[in-house]
Amino acid sequence: MTPPSPGQNATILAVELTDFSAIELRDAIRSGETSAADAARACLARIEEVDSGENGVNAFIQTFPERALEQAMKIDERVAKEGAETVGPLAGVPVAIKDNMCLAHGRTTCGSRMLENYESPFTATAVQRLIDAGAIVLGKTNLDEFAMGSSTEHSYFGPTRNPWDRSRVPGGSSGGSAAAVAARMAPLALGSDTGGSIRQPAGLTGVVGCKPTYGRVSRWGLVAFASSLDQIGPFGRTVSDVALALDVICGFDELDSTSVNTSAPACAQAVDAPINKLRVGVPKQARNEKNHPAVAEALERAIGVYQSLGAQIVDIDLPTIEYGIAAYYIIAPAEASSNLARFDGVRYGRRAEIGAHEDLISLYSRSRAEGFGEEVQRRIMLGTFALSSGYYDAYYTTALRARRLVKEDFDRVFATEGGGPGVDVVLSPSTPTPAFRIGEKADDPLAMYLEDYYTVTANLAGIAGVSVPAGLASMDDGVRAPVGVQLFSPPFSEERLMRAANMLESGLDWNDRRPPL
Amino acid sequence: MADPLTPDQVRKVALLSRLELSDEQITQRAEQLDAVLGYIERLGELDLAGVEPMAHPLDVTNRFDEDEPRDGLPTSALMKMAPDAHEPFIKVPKVLGDGGGA
Repeated sequence: MTPPSPGQNATILAVELTDFSAIELRDAIRSGETSAADAARACLARIEEVDSGENGVNAFIQTFPERALEQAMKIDERVAKEGAETVGPLAGVPVAIKDNMCLAHGRTTCGSRMLENYESPFTATAVQRLIDAGAIVLGKTNLDEFAMGSSTEHSYFGPTRNPWDRSRVPGGSSGGSAAAVAARMAPLALGSDTGGSIRQPAGLTGVVGCKPTYGRVSRWGLVAFASSLDQIGPFGRTVSDVALALDVICGFDELDSTSVNTSAPACAQAVDAPINKLRVGVPKQARNEKNHPAVAEALERAIGVYQSLGAQIVDIDLPTIEYGIAAYYIIAPAEASSNLARFDGVRYGRRAEIGAHEDLISLYSRSRAEGFGEEVQRRIMLGTFALSSGYYDAYYTTALRARRLVKEDFDRVFATEGGGPGVDVVLSPSTPTPAFRIGEKADDPLAMYLEDYYTVTANLAGIAGVSVPAGLASMDDGVRAPVGVQLFSPPFSEERLMRAANMLESGLDWNDRRPPL
Repeated sequence: MADPLTPDQVRKVALLSRLELSDEQITQRAEQLDAVLGYIERLGELDLAGVEPMAHPLDVTNRFDEDEPRDGLPTSALMKMAPDAHEPFIKVPKVLGDGGGA
């Protein structure tokens, strides 16, 4: 896309700027063809236009218009005074941040009544890295409360709507970030992924979303849900943008004891180079009869793209896919029940009124009953049960053993020694179905949990995954809804993952499609 | 299939979870927990004999920082987060009963 010249009419300029990719925008800001301030104004105007009101997308819980403009003007000043080379790789690029990442500005709510008025005194490392690279934080995005959910309906601040059809969910839990990028309110956003919370909403909104390897991105300042599964990752409209954002946010951080001290990836410079003789594993479990026809079609289309690019398709078996959700819904709630114990109405968050003669337990229990929504309460109870005396071995230890099998399954298909199939990446659908209607699964927690059927094993094993848009489904009400496919790669192979995703993107010809809004 | 959870079992879980729930909520949660636990039973189909439990994806043990002092957050910033504070204290209801001898 050619950046517009500075002399152009301001409205046209604004409309077009929101269509720019992060890289296009950054380049245009560096070259002086546009300004960071205009980019921020364009995104803020777009948010104003599509996000609020009764039928608005509701991707943002809060925005920081004045601060965003201030920061953007500082970038413009630096470009003018010190030159384009001195500003970072995301100079002037507006970004949206999922509201479970701390920012020492505004509130950090986690989509919860518990933290409705919580102001963090510090900023999460991943967010700080974006800011240090020149990114402009537009605001904090909506999520399922404490990142627990697959639809962004479980938020104290109301559901986020899918930009492709506002009667449908955007997926979740990072639905606000996914919707913000899909609806062109921001070219880039951060989400967090504990069982699919980046990749599933990316699939349902037609954007690219990546969960890096566990340990790649610091979790410092990410409000913990399940600490052995949580990982922060980027959303973008192109694989190249996601690759660039990965380079910025990945890296060792001494503030996170699970941050791995290994060389940071260089995805942005590698992403355009196709991989020669790529071996793509397709698990037989991915061709599930429960897949929506459009999902099955998208998978075959992706396979076709790889074949046309000279890749080799390898049939593989990952039998533990069938058990991922079951293991996950013990392990994640168990960790959550422990992590969320800190919300006690004493040190921070909501504090309930209690009578003069009531005790500390009453204060805890009423504060938590008032502050947590139903889904969070369900998961705390499930986890507490699984960890309780007499049930610990039957549930928690069993789930941890199953988790080992999931990891060994992936180790086996990625291995070449011992007669392993030695695939470079694994390809599957991102979700079994396109976006469902708001309210459709509200009373059936188990049906909601099965949304993460294809995504959850990557978190259990700690490997990297990315969802790439792969087509549009024609739904029975005439709506067209995106479907995505997903790639997995071994730990710490994000460069390979991004290159393989870029091959897919180039062959699927998706980039021109936009939601009708 | 395991026996369904009784209301008393769910009440105990609610207490351990520090969640004050109504009887109606207890009944509803029992049904929902049963549905999920029923699904989880499929783990019984796996041959897990001799499989080492895996609590974490990384093969790392605790990493310790150098024992060097550094600045933390100021007390005032932490106190500001507490919903009911009287600096430098955070208020809590009476913890010890009468004759607790504090």
